[in-house]
Amino acid sequence: MSTLEILFYALSAFAIVSAIMVLVSKNPIHSVLWLILVFFAISGHYILLNAQFLAIVNIIVYAGAIMVLFLFVIMLMNVKKDSEPQKQLLVKFTGVIAGGSFLTLLIALVKQTSQLQGKQVLLKEGTIGLIHPLGKALFSDYVVPFEISSVLFLSAMVGAVIIGKK
Amino acid sequence: MPILYYIYLCLTLFSIGVVGVLTRRNAIIVFMCIELMLNAVNLLLVAFSKMYHGAAYLNSPTTTIGIDAQIFVFFIMVVAAAEVSVGLAIIVMMYRNTHSVDINFLNRLKN
Repeated sequence: MSTLEILFYALSAFAIVSAIMVLVSKNPIHSVLWLILVFFAISGHYILLNAQFLAIVNIIVYAGAIMVLFLFVIMLMNVKKDSEPQKQLLVKFTGVIAGGSFLTLLIALVKQTSQLQGKQVLLKEGTIGLIHPLGKALFSDYVVPFEISSVLFLSAMVGAVIIGKK
Repeated sequence: MPILYYIYLCLTLFSIGVVGVLTRRNAIIVFMCIELMLNAVNLLLVAFSKMYHGAAYLNSPTTTIGIDAQIFVFFIMVVAAAEVSVGLAIIVMMYRNTHSVDINFLNRLKN
């Protein structure tokens, strides 16, 4: 087994275990911290795929900004550890069964798709994940969506302030 | 690395997010599970982009095929950041009105 495969399996196991811990933790703050670990594992996957720009943006935006916002809101609300009313055991069981069937169905579907058999992902090489080609594409082909996203941010900011004020 | 392994990983992460949305009652954790699903989709987009890039990379190393998916991931992150700011503002407003983040309180919207 090559180093890349070992890294892939290690990062995948890390991501899945952390994602399960997000659900299992009773304390919301622990959930946020586990979710940050999931994001770091996914950033590791991006680096493995040589998508360096997205790896850094994932860490800065998700693990940096969004998760700090979550932590801030949780601490602002002073949510107690066991104040969350639990769903009935039957509802929980049904949820897990539904999610598991969803996963099984999709895996069975993907497994028999003939177009995906034997296709390989290019690890470690390729230049499309670097800043230079991405910046070129972003500011030539995708410059209109890029500018529109600034309007989106402005409207989100106005919406958050108005909702939070009253 | 075969693309199927990446698909299995992303499907697993997505399903964990679905189970979280179905089983938890804390609105913040439900919201975090939605973020988890978004990230699974992002990883899958990048993996597919590198799959198409890898097929063309062997013929010409300077090709930029597959770059669109990475731009899309970037825009998904942009939209997610905007969505989180509004969503958390709504959760804070809900907490101020009901002193709880239990999503079952929201069934008042029915009437």
